[in-house]
Amino acid sequence: MTIRVAMTVNGTEYAREVEPRLLLIHYIRDELGLTGSHWGCDTSNCGSCVVWLDAKPVKSCTLLAAMADGHAVRTVEGLERDGRLDPVQQGFIECHGLQCGFCTPGMMMTARWLLDHHPDPDEAEIREAISGQICRCTGYENIVRSIRWAAEHAAEHPGEST
Amino acid sequence: MQVPSQVEYERATSVEHALSLLSRPETRVVAGGHSLIPMMKLRLAQPELLVDINGLAELAFIALDGGQLRIGALARHADLLDSDLAGRYFPIFRDAERVVADPIVRLWGTVGGSLCQADPSEDLSAAFAAARATAVIKTPDGERTVPVREFHLGPYETVIGRGELLAEIRVPVRPGTGSAYEKVSRRVGDWSVAAAGAVLCLAGQQIQEAGLGLTAVGAEHFVAAEAEDFLRGRAADEESFAAAGAIAAGHCDPVADQRGPEDFKRHLVAELTTRALRRAAARAGSAG
Repeated sequence: MTIRVAMTVNGTEYAREVEPRLLLIHYIRDELGLTGSHWGCDTSNCGSCVVWLDAKPVKSCTLLAAMADGHAVRTVEGLERDGRLDPVQQGFIECHGLQCGFCTPGMMMTARWLLDHHPDPDEAEIREAISGQICRCTGYENIVRSIRWAAEHAAEHPGEST
Repeated sequence: MQVPSQVEYERATSVEHALSLLSRPETRVVAGGHSLIPMMKLRLAQPELLVDINGLAELAFIALDGGQLRIGALARHADLLDSDLAGRYFPIFRDAERVVADPIVRLWGTVGGSLCQADPSEDLSAAFAAARATAVIKTPDGERTVPVREFHLGPYETVIGRGELLAEIRVPVRPGTGSAYEKVSRRVGDWSVAAAGAVLCLAGQQIQEAGLGLTAVGAEHFVAAEAEDFLRGRAADEESFAAAGAIAAGHCDPVADQRGPEDFKRHLVAELTTRALRRAAARAGSAG
């Protein structure tokens, strides 16, 4: 049995016939071919699958695609605008915020959400915000620095959030 | 790869619609989905129909009404954590929410979902038990109320029947009340090794009423009833709090598992109960 699931992803409309049990992460990666979001632990612990559903980040391995029907999703592919990187992306480049890169899409989506709500977070606030995400390279120091860089350079790299 | 069993999916457009959908056997409510979907992925839950209630905005509220704090079942953990109203009258909920999962999960998981999951290590079940909250359940005939202390029948089992829906939690507000929650977990965001919640209603330095909730340690209905009985009428001092902690530790029923041996958990219950009582007493009187 399948149902029609339609949603906007990074501003583009999509619709697919899928089983109701399909998880959002697999809809995004396998049905739409947007493989920037990563499928990690499958148990809502690691956060590599974080995308936005409407205005809030969510671990997309723990949501059915059907639950996102009619809603707007934003993935890591939606951070860059017109060839211009979001300050969060630039920060990860400047501060070596990734090693293997597996956790990066989720880290970036959470970071963008944090900065939209707290434009000038201190280190403790950043660490709290990403506390539901795991970097198995243990590169947390540089991830925190990258997010701080993005906060400090928001003006030069205006990364609007929606 | 974890894949749920085949399931049908419907969106409820009103509480009445939800109740009619829920009359079918093997049907489960999905809201935040952060307890149910992992259970479905492990095939520990295999419902035939999911009823999505995320559209029922009338169940997503936190309000003070007629001397009661009312929390809609669809309120998210983050809503309860950030609520100034709840924080002013029941800091125990803020304490508990701060240590429920992680910030992303708290944006989606709901208060009602946590209670209905009935996980024996769940934090809010102990906090609501300590606060002597009441669950309001919508039924095909109207609604019924059940004390939270009678809501859980056992692990993963509640009094909610077919065709019923948890709508809200009501917590009585009493002057002179202070509350607190203390938890030990192995790492940030993890389930409790043990946790204790305390709600104290004081008249001067005398304890009028005490509510003590425990989680993850096999306390019946998440309550430390013997320690509550001990505290009633006693002085709100260190001696009483330490004795209550020892009683709570003696009467709970923890099991050894990967989170620790039984004696360690009993030790935690004694210490966390004492700490929660100490903080609750310090907060009593400062609430509105």
